[in-house]
Amino acid sequence: MKNTLINKDFKHYQSAHCENGVTTALLRHKGLDFLTEPLAFGIGAGLFYIHIPFMKFSGGPAISYRSMPGLIFSRTCKALNIPIQRKNFNTEKKAQEFLDDLLQQNKIVGCQVGVFHLSYLVKEYRFHFNAHNLIVYGKQNDNYLISDPVMEHTTILDSETLTKVRFAKGTLAPKGHLYYPKEFDSNISKETIRKAIAKGIKTNVFFMLKVPTAYITGTRGIRYTAGQVRKLRNKMSLRKAGLYLGQIIRMQEEIGTGGGGFRFMYSAFLEQAYEYIPDENLLKISEELTKSGDLWRNNAVRMASVFKGKTTEQKHFDEIADIMIEISHIEEKVFKKLDKLKIK
Amino acid sequence: MKKEEIPQDKTHLSKFTREVLYAKNKKGEYEKLLSQGWDVKNDALDNEWNYLNEQIKQAKDDVLKGKASPIYYFTKLRIMDLDVLAAYTGIWKFFVKRHFKPNVFKTLKNNTLQKYAKAFDIKIEELTKFEEYID
Repeated sequence: MKNTLINKDFKHYQSAHCENGVTTALLRHKGLDFLTEPLAFGIGAGLFYIHIPFMKFSGGPAISYRSMPGLIFSRTCKALNIPIQRKNFNTEKKAQEFLDDLLQQNKIVGCQVGVFHLSYLVKEYRFHFNAHNLIVYGKQNDNYLISDPVMEHTTILDSETLTKVRFAKGTLAPKGHLYYPKEFDSNISKETIRKAIAKGIKTNVFFMLKVPTAYITGTRGIRYTAGQVRKLRNKMSLRKAGLYLGQIIRMQEEIGTGGGGFRFMYSAFLEQAYEYIPDENLLKISEELTKSGDLWRNNAVRMASVFKGKTTEQKHFDEIADIMIEISHIEEKVFKKLDKLKIK
Repeated sequence: MKKEEIPQDKTHLSKFTREVLYAKNKKGEYEKLLSQGWDVKNDALDNEWNYLNEQIKQAKDDVLKGKASPIYYFTKLRIMDLDVLAAYTGIWKFFVKRHFKPNVFKTLKNNTLQKYAKAFDIKIEELTKFEEYID
């Protein structure tokens, strides 16, 4: 193997959310210049809400504001008729060899990794979270060239560290998982894009409104969390309640994404969708969803004020819950309107 | 959110990158923008770390008092829980929990200790000669 393998055509693409970013960069590299993070997020139907009861994530509530890891890439590629390759590995050696092989073929590769050992992040961000995504676009001696979409610039990881993060253990362990689009014709027609957008919207409507377990998912899931927040103060110490709310904020806003961020991103998607589907309603709905994003952010401020000990009475918890209910109603209206749109 | 409302607070994030946010510009259109970080998020992160650091300190005291084994301390230090540690070592949760007890810990064989040391990214002596290594 040569000492240096660099894909010179590759351009780093920074994004708010890692999987969107990897998807966008992988496909833009293949010539899909029209693709932006919001479009990938919308076509991949990434917006979601789920509050899993009884399950804890580092001691706090298990809440996610987006769909299952991996789905955004799969859905986006499927909607645009792009064939993809995914692979897991049993051994670290095979995982590295396979990756080296792909780099040798001048490919750029998406990898699922754990955050805990990612050396370029500061310690405060390094938890045992295993559904992060990044791109490997080359290798220099023992160092892999990394394009992590949440970073402003590209970085490097030595082979030992890369193996560590690819084989992080615990919930959602990546098992060396890598993925990339196979060869395809990059001349994608406007019609295909239009259809992909329409399909993405329909899928997202389903996940926000119509999933059978709806009391913990989608817009009703937000109400479930609101109910839990109301009860917090009686159920546990103020300290624990503060940590619980802190966890909601962290799940909501960590590095650009989360509740507020995702809502703004979806609003941006609807705005961009309008360029392909000239229906004025898309812009109006985008405006409404923006309000929900603003409310998520305002609510984060309120929650922070609780764990900082400024506002700790029951009425303050009720206020937070009330805003969550308001958010849930706004988002319900938004997705009902999207459901009614005559787009195909 | 409007472009001018994007927070630019000095945070843990600004030590290593800026983050992307989507916000509306003067024309009312969304734009991809960069933020140094937001105090509200940072406070939530600090709040969590205060709690974790307290737990780590408590665990250290427990080990020094003979109430818990060094494995327990390093589990806290590496912010792991039983599930994560069991996955990294390949040792069943039931046993990992037993190894938190000082008297069970003393009976552990070298290759078991080695598995823990690897999972924690430390030397085996940091487990066996805990008091010498801990500052």
